[in-house]
Amino acid sequence: MARASRDSGGNRGRLIFGDLWEFDPAPETADPKLSARYDLFIGGAFVKPRTGRYFDSINPANERKLAEIALAGKVDVDAAYRAASRAFGPWSRLPGRERGKYLFRIARLLQDRAREFAVAETLDGGKPIKESRDFDVPMAAAHFFYHAGWADKLKYVAPGSTVAPLGVVGQVIPWNFPLLMLAWKLAPALAMGNCVVLKPAETTSITALKLGEILQDAGLPPGVVNFVTGAGETGAAVMGHPSAAKVAFTGSTEVGKAIMRQLAGTDRRMTMELGGKAANIVFEDAPLDQAVEGIVNGIFFNQGHVCCAGSRLLVQEGVAGRVVAKLKDRIRMLRVGDPLDKNTDLGAINSAAQLSTIRRLVASGVREGATMFQPPCSLPEKGFYFPPTLFTGVTQSHRIAREEIFGPVLSILTFRTVDEAIEKANNTPYGLSAGVWTDKGSRILRMSAELKAGVVWANTFNRFDPSSPFGGYKESGFGREGGRQGLLDYASHA
Amino acid sequence: MSAQATKRLPVTKTPKVYIGGAFVRSESARTFKVSDAKGVFYGNIPQCTRKDLRNAVEAAAKAGPGWAKRTAYNRAQILYRLAEMIEARTPELVDSLVTFGAREADASKGMSVCVDRLIHYAGWADKYEQLLGSVNPVASAHFNFTVTEPMGVVGVIAPDSPPLLGLLSMIAPVIASGNTVVALASEKVPYPAVLLGEMLATSDLPGGVVNLLTGFRRELVPTFATHAHVRAVYAFAGPEDRKTLRLGAAASVKRVRFVDSETKWFADTAQGLGMIRDFVELKTTWHPIGS
Repeated sequence: MARASRDSGGNRGRLIFGDLWEFDPAPETADPKLSARYDLFIGGAFVKPRTGRYFDSINPANERKLAEIALAGKVDVDAAYRAASRAFGPWSRLPGRERGKYLFRIARLLQDRAREFAVAETLDGGKPIKESRDFDVPMAAAHFFYHAGWADKLKYVAPGSTVAPLGVVGQVIPWNFPLLMLAWKLAPALAMGNCVVLKPAETTSITALKLGEILQDAGLPPGVVNFVTGAGETGAAVMGHPSAAKVAFTGSTEVGKAIMRQLAGTDRRMTMELGGKAANIVFEDAPLDQAVEGIVNGIFFNQGHVCCAGSRLLVQEGVAGRVVAKLKDRIRMLRVGDPLDKNTDLGAINSAAQLSTIRRLVASGVREGATMFQPPCSLPEKGFYFPPTLFTGVTQSHRIAREEIFGPVLSILTFRTVDEAIEKANNTPYGLSAGVWTDKGSRILRMSAELKAGVVWANTFNRFDPSSPFGGYKESGFGREGGRQGLLDYASHA
Repeated sequence: MSAQATKRLPVTKTPKVYIGGAFVRSESARTFKVSDAKGVFYGNIPQCTRKDLRNAVEAAAKAGPGWAKRTAYNRAQILYRLAEMIEARTPELVDSLVTFGAREADASKGMSVCVDRLIHYAGWADKYEQLLGSVNPVASAHFNFTVTEPMGVVGVIAPDSPPLLGLLSMIAPVIASGNTVVALASEKVPYPAVLLGEMLATSDLPGGVVNLLTGFRRELVPTFATHAHVRAVYAFAGPEDRKTLRLGAAASVKRVRFVDSETKWFADTAQGLGMIRDFVELKTTWHPIGS
């Protein structure tokens, strides 16, 4: 039975349906086909780690163990690089047409098993099934498909120069988009003719190892792609290996800087895709309802575990009150809980460690004087969850306006003029992405030109495409992923 | 008095560095002596300090937005104008190179390459965008395009040989795209860079777009590495300086590119689109389509 929910305060008379109807559970039931134990993928085969050690991968939604993952030591990383080095000669000499066909196959085989991969991704990482199903997995397949077509067209990548593969590329990826980041890294590297040693994040290794099965089914020559699993130590071994011709890293700015220091004595090529603190800027003439949806998508997509998340909302003073009121209404309706439920909007925080980081930064926001709003919502007892959170009255010096929270926490600031918006937006060491909401096309282009960010979304947010280069300015890193420009970062050109 | 007895004493020039469009001494008032190839005293060169470098970065940062906003056609013409200025003073520059030990033929050839290289980049200024940028066919209702933008202040550390061709070959692609430069001239042969400053000053290049320092590498390389407003460093550097620059670059995630003694400065391979690409950012915009 529907009745208008009435707050005692400012919401009198407004219909808020969010808490009126119970949703029946709607769990996704496809079989993720998980193994109890995953070994390393080296030289085209699953091999036991020389360390003899395994670590648990848990489901952050309920803290239950999902599988055991091999812990790769230095010897295992060596073995992976040896396999990749052996594979490089034949792979790089293969006609581009043939290399491309392997990538097309991988894209197709992944599409065939899309639902299975989506469930596995959600179980391992905690993201809502609707996101892994509608975004992560299809976009991963799209990246393989897009880059497959480049493999026989490399002479068009950098007109006027001859491109060549670099050799073995070491790659380390984060836990927020495990399969998608893997596809972003593998597809261009392979299309260009490189071989790869990749380490997934320790909390989200499963879909990489499942992809190993697809690589076998696709008949990809052994050693072209190798997966070594483990934590920071394994990652440092992958990044620091003397056989790596290039390293590509996606993760925090802090770790990115540590890798740059680690490799300072070498001439290693690097791509760094690091943190962000994106401004999402709403002008008075913006379509406000659309903007509110975009703000929600910008910060609560994947629980805010997004390097380009729109974590700083800059809203023009004239509409600030309305926008904040609409936002509060909107986030009351967000459903937080079981990531496997098809109606879930915010799933589980990826790990206990990340949850405590979020809590620490949120506490700093309260302590420093910002006003916090969280809608009433009940969180599951087991598992790692955090409610959608807004902060108003945020100033530029607050930690929640400067540091990457990597969680569902939005800091709201206001501005009066276009120039003030630009100044505030650029007042950060980061420069990954930005959003602009306005009805004026000319203002979009002006803002885009002034914002120091690698990606600018206008009247949208968190959109990605294999043909669209992604990557940051300033301390958000260097190099691009996607498009012709990203492909070129995996080549030498003379 | 006979004419022979009154041989005129030439008026020598006081070497100064070119910072923010002005000719200045080092803030420290320090200098170091340079002698010509025969070992005869030639002049006192400013021994610039970290503070001079920081001042130069400030000048470059101030000049940056204006230079970046110039139209590509305008930047092209200004680079061309710089080539005109240098062409006109080629004999003087050749003399100066020979004074410090270059062979006449090399110096002369080097100056021709300098001028031709500037014209090469003048021509690039309004063309590279069409080759480095793109319109991207995304699977949604967006006009998605990627354009280049200058990075900001770029540090250049020039080789000793060839001192002037090396310096100009490194500066030209960086400013062609709208960056501004703080450059350290060759420590061994700094004087030609002092002359270059005079040509920069008469070339319509706004003050602060190119700032030329002289001094000692070991004093200035660490500041090039760590200065957070220097967004990229383009350096002739050996293993030790490379490490210093990379370690410093890590602190602010700075881009570094190196040239070495293998670089064939006189050849066409020492110029081109790749050098422009190395010092631009790529920005991708998603613009909505519809209603």
